[in-house]
Amino acid sequence: MSEQMMSMQQALNRALADTLRNDPTALILGEDVGTLGGVFRVTQGLAKEFGAERVFDTPLAESGILGLSVGLAMAGFHPIPEVQFDGFAYPAVNQIITQLGRMNYRSRGVFPMPVTLRVPSFGGIRAPEHHGESLEALFAHVPGLKVVSPADPQQAYSLLRYAAGLSDPVIFMEPKARYWQKAAVDMDTTQSPLGARIARPGKHVTLVAWGAMVARCLQVAELAAEDGIIVEVVDLRWLKPIDEATLTESVTRTRRAVVVHEGPRTAGLGAEVAALISEHCFDTLKAPVERVTGFDVPYPSGDLEDEYIPNIDRILFGIQRVLEHRRG
Amino acid sequence: MAEVHLPTTEFEEADAAHGNQHGVTDEPNADAEPMVSLLSVEGELTRDETYSPYLDALSAEELLSFYSDMATVRRFDQEATALQRQGELAMWVPMTGQEGAQIGSGRASKPADYIFPTYREHGVALTRGLDLSLLLRQFRGVSNAGWDPRETNFHMYTLVLAAQTLHAVGYAMGMARDVAAGLAEAAATIAYFGDGASSEGDVHESMVFAASYQAPVVFFCQNNRWAISVPFEVQSKVPLVRRAGGYGFPGIRVDGNDVLAVYAVTQWALEHARSGKGPVLIEADTYRLGAHTTADDPTKYRDRAQEDAWRLKDPLLRLEKYLRSLGLADDEFFAKVSAVGDELAAHVRAAVVTMSAKDIGASFANVYATAHPLIAEESAWQRAYEASFADAEGVAE
Repeated sequence: MSEQMMSMQQALNRALADTLRNDPTALILGEDVGTLGGVFRVTQGLAKEFGAERVFDTPLAESGILGLSVGLAMAGFHPIPEVQFDGFAYPAVNQIITQLGRMNYRSRGVFPMPVTLRVPSFGGIRAPEHHGESLEALFAHVPGLKVVSPADPQQAYSLLRYAAGLSDPVIFMEPKARYWQKAAVDMDTTQSPLGARIARPGKHVTLVAWGAMVARCLQVAELAAEDGIIVEVVDLRWLKPIDEATLTESVTRTRRAVVVHEGPRTAGLGAEVAALISEHCFDTLKAPVERVTGFDVPYPSGDLEDEYIPNIDRILFGIQRVLEHRRG
Repeated sequence: MAEVHLPTTEFEEADAAHGNQHGVTDEPNADAEPMVSLLSVEGELTRDETYSPYLDALSAEELLSFYSDMATVRRFDQEATALQRQGELAMWVPMTGQEGAQIGSGRASKPADYIFPTYREHGVALTRGLDLSLLLRQFRGVSNAGWDPRETNFHMYTLVLAAQTLHAVGYAMGMARDVAAGLAEAAATIAYFGDGASSEGDVHESMVFAASYQAPVVFFCQNNRWAISVPFEVQSKVPLVRRAGGYGFPGIRVDGNDVLAVYAVTQWALEHARSGKGPVLIEADTYRLGAHTTADDPTKYRDRAQEDAWRLKDPLLRLEKYLRSLGLADDEFFAKVSAVGDELAAHVRAAVVTMSAKDIGASFANVYATAHPLIAEESAWQRAYEASFADAEGVAE
């Protein structure tokens, strides 16, 4: 075991360095990713170690970064672009959806798109407007894209290494609120990077979450345990494809589910999770699937984000609702 | 009633006071912009120090084949239009009038160059050796693309305007890396786009990126004057070629209906790009004689007189005059070219009527390059659904 304590930012940096070392076609590109090492320092030191040919700054244009990545992938390279903040992925959405997501399909497999798009995502750092968006539902809806979000440093390392080795485009959503918390990372872990994982086993209710909400749900589970409620936490990890088997197995045991996410409720990924649980666990469910989500409003200013992002009380309240539900 | 022009903003007022010193002319006048033109409408060739040497290297056969390529793709274009009218194609995108720009630029490219067309570059496809019937797969609705682009280094048509200009830059950067690593011969990409697409942000970004990285890409704009019903003047108040200076690379305006000038200018630009000197913008001045697509009626938005004026500048007519004046081609030659075109048309027609899409089950392939449980699940469901319609004998109805 080669376990080391490191932050998610360090784990991601390590995963990128290992990828560059093992894959000579891997390239990192984006705004400020070179000399500066990214505004969150995820690419720190990589330009120095691997050279400006492989880790390079781009002009300030997100559609350009993605379009360039499509062309580089066609030419046999493996681009790992960064879009600096979630809200600035929107200018690149055309390239992501109409080109990146369907190039392999259109070309009948001639041009696979091994492009791993890193996007610092979600809220929680008091950033200004457009720096706290949740894009998972948008991208999960697009055929041809895979979407994943790590919850802790171990997931960050394992999932990025795995995603960066895939021949398919992956939207890699890094929870920026969790960049700096340290935890043990085993670089040689045998844990599968596929599917969801049970972050905490339980028996009375399943909390389904991803990204920064996993840590919050684990806090909730601690608190609920004091009242004798044994909460299971499923870290979904992959938001496209969703691991239906793990979800079904968990909820079949607990018979109750609450899905938690930061983005707005309507047509959010929680709706997909709730639908899957309804399809697979209808006969065993004791209560409708509860959604604890952001509100259907534009992401608020930093001072208000604690009231927007699901907090511990709102999640506990959601648990209470499914536990107290009685069939009419 | 006399019109009185009142300044509507403080800026306009200030401009008026300073006599508009922005250096922008009030009237767009593309015709006043310098343009490389070697073969006149009358079929007379003039010399140009920079570009004529590219023509000097052409053999008589090559000159003749420039004509036959243009005539062949025009015949193909007519056949495809007819196939659409007869219900064999859902839609067609005619290119008649743009043969000079397309054959000239396509013939300048080498096999190792990689071509990113829009969706109207049927002439370029011909020069790359593509079986033109494959172009119709997309327009018959049996494919989203239709051919393996690696075989001819002619990319699939891109329908989202200008998206491919960025791919051309990325691909060119990849090529340059392979050249630097000694893995490939020097090559360039050509990014085709039109006057309408020139307004898209991706064209701007592609030029910024190409300049920044000195990527070996030639931006080839066919300014055919019309973006469906919108005239060029709505897209830009100045000739597009002037934009190149703003990005810091050479721009050349060329008579797009002069196949020889287009060939020479594109040769120059490709050599410039391949030799590591960075991108070039070519604006080929041409005209779409037909409709934007077969779903469109140009009589609703433009004057017949304008079309007639452009018919006089026909790229085929002037090369025919030139070839006849040199004694290189006679009636027999032109009859033979016509017969070759008819043969191609017959081939295309025969191929098209048998084209059909596989069932929807094939759509599940290639959504991803790697295994995907959702695709596997939906694909299995679809197969079972199809099978449920089988009758007692197990034959699908």
